[in-house]
Amino acid sequence: MIDAATSVPKVVVTARAQRLRFYGVWVIAAVALIVLPFIFSSGGSLTSFSLIGISIIFALSYNILLGQTGLLSFGHAVHYGFGGFLAIHVMNAVTAHEWSIPLPFIPLFGGIGGLLLALVIGWVMTKRAGTVFAMISLGIGELVASSSLILRSVFGGESGITTDRTALPHMLGWSFGPQIQIYYLIAFWLMISAIAMYALTRTPLGRICNAVRDNPERVEFIGYDPHVVRYIAYGFAGFFAGIAGGLSAINFEIANSAYLGAAQSGIVLFATFIGGTAYFFGPILGAILVTYLQLGLTDVTTVWQLYFGIIFIGIVMFAPGGIAGLLMMHRPLVRSGTLGMVIPSYLVALVPTLALACGVILAIESVARYAQGEGSGSNIDLLGVPFNAASPLTWFAAAILIIGGFFVARISWRRIAQAWDRAATVARDRGYLA
Amino acid sequence: MLEFVPRNNAIPDTSECIVLELIVISTINGVLFGMLLFLLSSGLTVIFSMMGVLNFAHASFYMLGAFFGFQLTRWIGFWPALVLAPLLVGAIGMAVERYGLRSIHKHGHVAELLLTFGLAFAIEEIVSMIWGKSPMDYRVPALLDFPAFTVFSTNYPAYKIFMLAVSGAIFVALLITLKRTRVGLIVQAALTHPNMVAHLGHNVGRVFMLVFGVGAALAGVAGVIAGPALVTQSDMATLLGPILFVVIVFGGLGSLSGAFIASLFIGLVQTFAVALNGSLAGAFGPLDPSFGPSIITDIWNVTISQIAPILPYVLLVLILIVRPMGLMGSRET
Repeated sequence: MIDAATSVPKVVVTARAQRLRFYGVWVIAAVALIVLPFIFSSGGSLTSFSLIGISIIFALSYNILLGQTGLLSFGHAVHYGFGGFLAIHVMNAVTAHEWSIPLPFIPLFGGIGGLLLALVIGWVMTKRAGTVFAMISLGIGELVASSSLILRSVFGGESGITTDRTALPHMLGWSFGPQIQIYYLIAFWLMISAIAMYALTRTPLGRICNAVRDNPERVEFIGYDPHVVRYIAYGFAGFFAGIAGGLSAINFEIANSAYLGAAQSGIVLFATFIGGTAYFFGPILGAILVTYLQLGLTDVTTVWQLYFGIIFIGIVMFAPGGIAGLLMMHRPLVRSGTLGMVIPSYLVALVPTLALACGVILAIESVARYAQGEGSGSNIDLLGVPFNAASPLTWFAAAILIIGGFFVARISWRRIAQAWDRAATVARDRGYLA
Repeated sequence: MLEFVPRNNAIPDTSECIVLELIVISTINGVLFGMLLFLLSSGLTVIFSMMGVLNFAHASFYMLGAFFGFQLTRWIGFWPALVLAPLLVGAIGMAVERYGLRSIHKHGHVAELLLTFGLAFAIEEIVSMIWGKSPMDYRVPALLDFPAFTVFSTNYPAYKIFMLAVSGAIFVALLITLKRTRVGLIVQAALTHPNMVAHLGHNVGRVFMLVFGVGAALAGVAGVIAGPALVTQSDMATLLGPILFVVIVFGGLGSLSGAFIASLFIGLVQTFAVALNGSLAGAFGPLDPSFGPSIITDIWNVTISQIAPILPYVLLVLILIVRPMGLMGSRET
């Protein structure tokens, strides 16, 4: 190290700068988590932040499977739910037996719950990868979710099991009654889990997981069993999902069968994939966006889940790297200073694309109001502009926006592709990979 | 939703006649449900073995078939709907293949699976947006609304016999088309040697599109005929989808005969389980009260009909442990 420092000081400086930047990101994230409640201090935003924090952990745990190991699971919520139920039972047991386990340690039990379930069901599931794994995960997810309705004494049937988080021993004078204290508890576990999961991607295990994802046959040739690697990765994913479930149980003071269900599994898949699976921060973006939309859209429209589906299909078809992939695509352009070459075409494309989106939204809302008929009323308030869902004018406007928007947008998208090619060529000439 | 048990099953307690009746009725119902499952799983299996695509939206095509059938029955009557609705669903399936799956084929099978997953999600939302979430009043056509025969004391509806006949006829037609005709030959060849088929001058892309469309249309037929007998509701795809996957994994991925056996088997198992009311408590007497409410009492008291919904998944786990490639699967892919 000293040798290197004396002979090539520049390398050390850049290495140090890189390390500084690396730790800087985590410190900034921690500081942001601490000051966030001071900026947005209303009760509603605290609740939202708590939910977002939980779903970030959950989505990151899912990405251990999907992004790192290439396992597409349709039943990841079983670990989340199991963690939640174990956390609830531990909390109730702590209260009943007056053990001295304070609340901040409860999510660990959630993690253990998720891990135990993963160890039990994972061996059979991870025998095969790819599409077969996806189907098996769906089947086993259904199995666990349906069984939870049968085993009423443990899972509480439809109504679930409740607890009182304030009855546990206090710690550092915190009762964990107010939402702000729960927020900090979640933020704490979020930092711990995120760092742990990031560290996991840098270990040899994380690397061999990537290898199993990309080429299991070669992994076998170098002496690893892909099945075992997948199994271990599955265990880790279950553990962190369980932590998220435990936090959720603390946050809501209830665990019910919805925690385990297919809908929850679907949401985490959406969040992770929309965010982008190829980068560590992708699922974080996705979880923030999806949770925010989930909370925001439910007030505005009755068919918010349809928008989710459409966004998801759009991402799968046009940006398989997710939002993170889209952002990172621009890195070589930013570095080579050619980003300016594509921005004008983006701005041009923005208009018809927005028109297309407006048309789709108008059409969906009109159909929704029209089909639901009386009750909700046929007047749509779209971005402050009122529309009548029953009038042919609205339908006509929607059709014009969709058809016209689509054809104009397609031209502008081609323009983007051309501008992109030019910018990428320049970037490549300047020595940045694009 | 999967209950094929006759509605008038006011079965008195002990009589051999009753047991026999239960067995006969459940067998017919089980075979019927199995044939319906096969209508769906055959399309799914052929699409899977041809394109490597697991069509998550297959059950959604079934649901679309039921809802289109319901709506068209209202407008133009059941019989035209029986023809038109599957055609519509088939057209939608072809569009999905042509404009969706084909363009993301380069991103691999997981991307294709995700696309169909998103589609399944969107289709369910669209259906519940248009038709609402409550069950539809989709009635058996008047022409078939009579009891076909009476077994012991149960009237067996003619409509179910009609369902059995339709699915049986489609099964035979499918078999003949695949095994005996030139089209079937090309399809079979495209399954294993797509490049060679393309070199011989066939448009493999179009073959794929047609197969996808036919698969979707078959699911549509199943939806149209099952709609009146089962519940036509916006969650019917979510309920049936996982069972379909169990069927094709159980039978062995890509194996049509495996899918057939698995469909019948799972249809029978589930129908019999729904009809049976026994539990461990019923067989061995109630548990000692000292156990209190615990897992053991839960398991002790649960009836077979209550665990019917999870039986397919239990079978899935069993087959994965015993024979991971499925009943008739040839290789571990």
